[in-house]
Amino acid sequence: MSTAGITSPGGLSVSAATATPVTAAATEAANGAATRANGAPAPAPPPSSGASPAAPGLLTPGEFHAFQADGATFLYLVPSAAIFRMDDASLAVLRALERANRTPAELVQRLGDRFPVEEVTNRIDELLGLRAIGLLGKPAPAPPDMLPPKGFPLTTMVLNVTSKCNLACTYCYEYGDDRIVEADSKPRYMDLETARESVDFMFEQGGSNRLVHLTFFGGETLLNFKLLKETATYARQRAREVGKEVDFSLTTNATLLKPEIVDWLAENRVGVTVSIDGPREVQDGLRVFSNGMGSYDIILPRIKDLLARHRTRPIGARVTLTSQNLDVKHIFRHLTEEIGFWEVGFAPVTSSSCRDFSISDAGYDKMLGQFEELAHDFLEHACADRHHGFSNVKDTLEEIHKGVSKAYPCGAGLGLMGVATDGDVALCHRFAGSDEHKIGSVSEGVDVDVQYDYLKKHHINSKTDCRTCWARPICAGGCYHEAHTRYGTTATPNLHFCEWVRSWTHTCLRVYGAISERNPAFLARFDA
Amino acid sequence: MALKPINRKADRMVTYLANQGDVPPAEQMAGPVGPAAGAVEGGDENAEDVVALGGRLPEVPEIPHIPLGCSLVFAPGWEVDEAGGTAGLCQPVERDLFDCHLACFWPAHVPDQLNHSPDWTGKCAAAQNDWRKLEMIFP
Repeated sequence: MSTAGITSPGGLSVSAATATPVTAAATEAANGAATRANGAPAPAPPPSSGASPAAPGLLTPGEFHAFQADGATFLYLVPSAAIFRMDDASLAVLRALERANRTPAELVQRLGDRFPVEEVTNRIDELLGLRAIGLLGKPAPAPPDMLPPKGFPLTTMVLNVTSKCNLACTYCYEYGDDRIVEADSKPRYMDLETARESVDFMFEQGGSNRLVHLTFFGGETLLNFKLLKETATYARQRAREVGKEVDFSLTTNATLLKPEIVDWLAENRVGVTVSIDGPREVQDGLRVFSNGMGSYDIILPRIKDLLARHRTRPIGARVTLTSQNLDVKHIFRHLTEEIGFWEVGFAPVTSSSCRDFSISDAGYDKMLGQFEELAHDFLEHACADRHHGFSNVKDTLEEIHKGVSKAYPCGAGLGLMGVATDGDVALCHRFAGSDEHKIGSVSEGVDVDVQYDYLKKHHINSKTDCRTCWARPICAGGCYHEAHTRYGTTATPNLHFCEWVRSWTHTCLRVYGAISERNPAFLARFDA
Repeated sequence: MALKPINRKADRMVTYLANQGDVPPAEQMAGPVGPAAGAVEGGDENAEDVVALGGRLPEVPEIPHIPLGCSLVFAPGWEVDEAGGTAGLCQPVERDLFDCHLACFWPAHVPDQLNHSPDWTGKCAAAQNDWRKLEMIFP
């Protein structure tokens, strides 16, 4: 994996802390230089005055991450998350600034033997406008600590219909040693009244959103299939009454899938994600019944029946990676080619670092290597306009394509909320039932003060460690639940993931750049 | 523009810049201010840019830089303050980071970051917010 010759030296936000403050005179001179970059040749900088080492009008690299794909060099700008393909002149400007801060006049002089003056000044102007470069001592204004507006509409409600499960997976965050909620502290099953209240809550919180998503979650969701059915019926009825649409999905371990359930799922266009960890030897080592018996042989025929008869929505698999199953490619091939899942998503297990199943640093390296190989496969497929079911790369490419720059790592507590079996509303499904992470209840609504206190604490601007990281527009600190498990607080960025996230983002940027060179029409599918 | 926009955000930035005419780049990039009301209505596709593109330039016009830390008139300036005492010496405020650090002719108030304490500001990405995280160094 190679990176471009250009590296951002930490970005403007760092420069701000180290550069000499700009005096009024210097500011004026600097503004003059920026204007001059529009075409007129710039005069030589005035001599340095006294103790101040900052010459006015000095240009310096801004904050970006450069990457190469298919022989071209691209810039991923931070924090705007825009991507530009560089030409020779703009690259020369950046390379010259990488070696030393220079004035526009110095750049013109330095690059004059290779590029016309007008071309250099135009590139300087463009790079300034995009903030790929900036004026030394005049950092870009910091992103505002702007909180989402009150009444931000709910997009997805995750309903924990039961906290009970018929499997006893070794790594389960709900029942394992790292659990947040004690199993006996809440009802094990949600009752119909709470479910109906939740549906009402969902439509009310949905505000102006025409479509809301209702996700059934657990425990094992299908242990409460009766409630699930009744809730879906009620939600459809309410959707008609309020003139909205509702969309259903659920996650299941597939042990309880029966033909009549599959029929119902297909008829109601319920999106299904199956939690499965891989081939028999992997699945049976991790996803076991409470007596230790493996679940692979139980679920395989049920999954095949589901895939054969539920054709109204693509069916995906969700794999939890632990120290014992890091052969990502092998698992991917098994689940897609041998079983027939449309998509497979992988997520490293959430755990404190000391557990047997925790992934070591070497394990993360191995996982990343395999992710990269699958990403390469994805690229080959994309260039041939063929489907590839590696959802991790697809999801990241979509974010790159849209240029998302996140204030929060996910929608938890904002557009997404989790509802516990007793109707308490939490940040997300992983915190459902935790009093510490409660932000309201379906009967009384969301406590806006609690919600906004939480949003304030978790804003990307509050995460010091993320300030100089180029991957923050996409990562924004990572999963709150992971952070809570590792560090005991949701507000800490997941520092143990940093290198991994940056490497993975870099890989996805390269894939994106390569697709934009070879088959740009493919990217239009991410516009929806 | 000779730089080719690749993703959607890049397209929008180019459009935005082209439409802003003579507005200085920094202000152009500021994006909408105030709560992203469009997000509530679901109608403003630029709502997400609020965070992406940063804040508007400060409303207050820039004034000449006024040091708040140790004195520059009584060189070397750190034994006594202007009144001959020690009470007014180098107040521990975040501005000291700008005034005393690296560019200062008398680097007595901060650790030698080039040689001995390279990580001293490791937890201080933005001095305005994080200066309390700077700790004393005992050589």
